[in-house]
Amino acid sequence: MSLNGARRSTFSVISSLFVKVVLYATLTGGAILSFLPFYWMLILSTHNTQRIFRYPPPLLPGGNLIINYQNMLPVIPFWRNFFNSASIAITTTLLTLLFCSMGGYAFAMYRFPGRDRLFFLMLSTMMVPWLVGLIPWFIIISRLGWLNDFKALIVPGAVSAFGIFWMRQYISANIPTELLDAARIDGCSEFMIFFRVVAPLLSPAYGALGIMTFMGSWNSFFYPLLVLKDSKMATLPLALQILRGDPYRGGDYGVLMLGTALAMLPVLLVFWAASRRFISGLTAGAVRG
Amino acid sequence: MAAQLRVRPRVKGLLSLWHEIKKNWVAYVYISPFYILFAIFGAFPILFSLCLSFQRWTGHGPMVFEGLANYSHLVHDRLFSIALWNTMVIWVAAHVPMLFLALVLAFILNSGLVRFRRAFETLYFTPMVTSSVAVAFIFMTMYGVRFGLINFGLKTIGLPTIDWWGGTGFWVKPAIIILFVWRWTGWNMVIYLAGLQGIDQELYDAAKIDGAGLSQIFRYITLPLLKPVILFTLILSFVGGITIFDEPYLLTWMQTLGGTNHAGLTLALYLYTEGFVRGHLGYASAIAYAICAIILALSAINLKLFGKPPGAV
Repeated sequence: MSLNGARRSTFSVISSLFVKVVLYATLTGGAILSFLPFYWMLILSTHNTQRIFRYPPPLLPGGNLIINYQNMLPVIPFWRNFFNSASIAITTTLLTLLFCSMGGYAFAMYRFPGRDRLFFLMLSTMMVPWLVGLIPWFIIISRLGWLNDFKALIVPGAVSAFGIFWMRQYISANIPTELLDAARIDGCSEFMIFFRVVAPLLSPAYGALGIMTFMGSWNSFFYPLLVLKDSKMATLPLALQILRGDPYRGGDYGVLMLGTALAMLPVLLVFWAASRRFISGLTAGAVRG
Repeated sequence: MAAQLRVRPRVKGLLSLWHEIKKNWVAYVYISPFYILFAIFGAFPILFSLCLSFQRWTGHGPMVFEGLANYSHLVHDRLFSIALWNTMVIWVAAHVPMLFLALVLAFILNSGLVRFRRAFETLYFTPMVTSSVAVAFIFMTMYGVRFGLINFGLKTIGLPTIDWWGGTGFWVKPAIIILFVWRWTGWNMVIYLAGLQGIDQELYDAAKIDGAGLSQIFRYITLPLLKPVILFTLILSFVGGITIFDEPYLLTWMQTLGGTNHAGLTLALYLYTEGFVRGHLGYASAIAYAICAIILALSAINLKLFGKPPGAV
């Protein structure tokens, strides 16, 4: 959409230039505000606590990066926690992609009794706030013996209503039924049709849903807080909380910021590499139809 | 004779239904993982929570049936009212500026007057990608009263510094709100941008021919056509906003519950504390259902005001 035509006819060139400057300034200002906390985090991670708690606060990098890293490792088993976060996130993402694409495919491509009612039922589960069943959920988890076990974080979240909804949108918009008919004529079994014919065509949807699921799992704090009590089993967000330390003794903030930066890095890298496809994939599913 | 005729079609109907079900057994297999997992980890806990809300239980020992005692305690509970008030204030104060900002930014980016749209989109979206823990800690250091970045900036300009954590606890809510707005504006902006892209260029052209100015176009074409998208973002952020937990918990950790004067105590934080810290499982379940009722009530009001069912966007 371009308003340039209208502009030239109603404003003089000078005032349109002025408007452009104002707009760019606003956008850039907002972008700087969005980025400032990250910059601050990187700066602080290279200083020691004494320098951080001195006025004026540091605005440029210091030389403490290596020392902070060395001080972090005795406090938390960082790489173990990193591995934990990664295992949980990757497993959850793979399971979610599998089950949600299966579910979305079924809702999109098959006409079976109760289909619309079941779909609506599934959608309405998204409306229920997660808090409501929290305590019995925890009781079930502990009775299953899954406390301190990754299963508690992977299994309940293995299929999400949102994921099925997402996949169904994509599949019904992009997979023609003729494809399935042709495959059936060729003698494919129903399972083969899904896994060999349809699934390979779903990569854009897998990409967007996969990144969202991975991000959600990697960053999640509350459920791991409830379930993982052993520091060796903890995920990165929990490890950071431990790193924060006791406010009365005073934690080491340089170390904390370094840990925070390292914990963020994988998701940030994945996101920036795939951001173009991710954002367009995200909005295609959200707004269309 | 007539009775016979009436029975046969019904039996035939049932038989063909069963035939349809058997024919599509694959589809049922494909959708079953969701329903099985939801039955175990979703539906059963929700129902059991209702039972629990009428009991007194600490997780060990016997459950004591107490009838409506938990709920009547809830009505008189000062902390619950504070939590409810805080949650509402934070939700409104965070969402109004955030959605407005997101809309304005999306409009600017969409207007074709600036370039580098993709770069800006990515930059604004980045806060969403990080974990709430990481962000809370960074902001915590920025909110330092003596050495924080924000107070440093204020002092340099010559403005008075802000006592974020002490005093009457007034600034605790803004601390949470700023964090929330910083994080979620980009996400909503991206969604609005996509919505704006869906508006037909011809409508704008026709309006220009009719002599409409920029603000008129915005008010009479853009906003009405964006209403479904705005509703979509409102609904998505509604439940999330009411159940906000991570930021209040992390920012007010190790202080009095919810910070000075409980200014940052939200409903979710209160539920967590009552259930998992103090062990009042029955009472916490009652709190959970009270939250549910509040959400239902507000959703009903929302529907009346905007008149669109949640599923149809």
